[in-house]
Amino acid sequence: MSIISVQNLKKYYKDVKAVDGINFEVNEREVFGFLGPNGAGKTTTIKMLVTLLKPTEGTAKITGYDVKKDPDKVRRSIGIVFQEPALDDRLTGKENLDFHARMYGMRKEQREKRIKEVLKLVDLEEKANTLVKNYSGGMKRRIELARGLMHFPKVLFLDEPTLGLDPQTRRSVWDYIKSLNEKEKITIFLTTHYMEEADYLCKRVAIIDRGKILVIDKPSKLKSRIGRDVITISCSNGELCVNALKKEKWVESIKVHDSIITIGTKNVEKKLPIILKIAEKNKIEIKSIDIRKPTLEDVFLYYTGRKIRDQEISNFEKFKRRFV
Amino acid sequence: MISLNYQAIYVIWLRQMKRFIRDKGRLISNFIQPFLFLAVLGFGLNAASFPGLPSNLRYIDILAPGIIVWSILFPSVFIGLSILWDRQFGFLQEVLVAPVNRLSIVIGTTLGGATIAILQGLIVFFVSLVLGVSIKISLLLILAPVFMILTSFVAIGIGLTIASKMESIEGFQFIVSLLIMPLLFLSGSFSPLDTMPSWLRTIAFFDPITYGVDGLRASLIGYSYFPFYISLTVLITLSIVMMGLGSYFFNKSEV
Repeated sequence: MSIISVQNLKKYYKDVKAVDGINFEVNEREVFGFLGPNGAGKTTTIKMLVTLLKPTEGTAKITGYDVKKDPDKVRRSIGIVFQEPALDDRLTGKENLDFHARMYGMRKEQREKRIKEVLKLVDLEEKANTLVKNYSGGMKRRIELARGLMHFPKVLFLDEPTLGLDPQTRRSVWDYIKSLNEKEKITIFLTTHYMEEADYLCKRVAIIDRGKILVIDKPSKLKSRIGRDVITISCSNGELCVNALKKEKWVESIKVHDSIITIGTKNVEKKLPIILKIAEKNKIEIKSIDIRKPTLEDVFLYYTGRKIRDQEISNFEKFKRRFV
Repeated sequence: MISLNYQAIYVIWLRQMKRFIRDKGRLISNFIQPFLFLAVLGFGLNAASFPGLPSNLRYIDILAPGIIVWSILFPSVFIGLSILWDRQFGFLQEVLVAPVNRLSIVIGTTLGGATIAILQGLIVFFVSLVLGVSIKISLLLILAPVFMILTSFVAIGIGLTIASKMESIEGFQFIVSLLIMPLLFLSGSFSPLDTMPSWLRTIAFFDPITYGVDGLRASLIGYSYFPFYISLTVLITLSIVMMGLGSYFFNKSEV
């Protein structure tokens, strides 16, 4: 049974189609990820799902409740960790949890028991009575995860859960997210623009670009669509090289961007001599060859024709969007 | 009919109390400023006489209710600022996404702001006692806290309205300083309405704060321009209107 069900969801601003007719289902207890560059429509989608933004068109149901018709019931069944910290830093961690619990109408005994539980889940018992302004970035994220779980939600939404954290902290937050999913038996919907994050955490990933979903599948399946191994060749004449290689039966997928060719295949060791021979025959100069297992970055490149970083809007652009 | 979320109202109030008590700098400045004004202006202008006023009233007696209103006005209006801070730092999202209706959020916020304002008003009241302001003991004294609360509600309504219409903290501060100072000076808080030129007095009639100051004078020192029930009626009406406007605009504002 699917716990999130989205049909033809759209959000249009004056001249921007932030989310342009997306469809997907999320299964119970799944970790489902939205992967895409900044500005792809990930946060807009999450804001519609958590009832903070009204969709222009389409329907979204969470645990069977429509986000438009039953926002209050939706709110009771979900927990959210926003992209930017949403904590009161003049209160202690525990007080932030207590505030949340009371906003959700939890009774005293239940509240106190649950605060202890969630603090233990994120290992913040010792910092419970410290003001949040003295927390590190990672601790803030963890207390927010704990808060998102306070009222026993069915679905937890995480908008870029590790944005702005250093690699070490990121990894520890990932492990916390994984353990929440297992221990609390909760469905998790997350957005990210980190390939490794989607790969490490998500059971299924939707690749989203310019408001549209390009593909949804398990990370392993997405990668195997490209081939078991990826060969990247940098050469003097990309077009010519692709045309020559296309004829080979063992090539499972092939794409060219500028003079860089990406080939998906298997048994890569045996293919290298063949490639070199073809290059020699066609008088193509090969500058470098790289062999590796495919990553989601390759998948993204395959579906969008761009690397995820290429399209990240510059900080200046972001600044303009916010203030102009 | 919307049902109120009482626990949410309580915790929103509680949060403001905690923040208020922990902000030591604000506590001290909120205490010192009115004290300075009352002491320096009150004693400094002690020799000033206002023809037509009861001769037993000194300037500091006239001034004290004005300064009390002043100390109520600022924390009340600045409730709007705290909402803008919450928006800036994302905490407002946490509040708005909870299964709590906006009316409960407005009520909790208002009660928090009003409590802080009344506490400050009471501090200034006790400072006035220490400085020897002659309080007239009468039944009207019971109305003093009522006038304080109503004045606070009017100011909170103003603050909420401005905050909902403003995008930035700077904008809010600009508008507030543009608005609050005239409201305060025109309200007759530093000088009695009787001795104002009539054109100035006419302007003062349109200042909602005038009725807070005059009503408080009636209940504290037994002297006022209007009878107390006029001020009371005007203030009750105004506080309903302003709070209504404030919650209406807050309801409509987006995250």
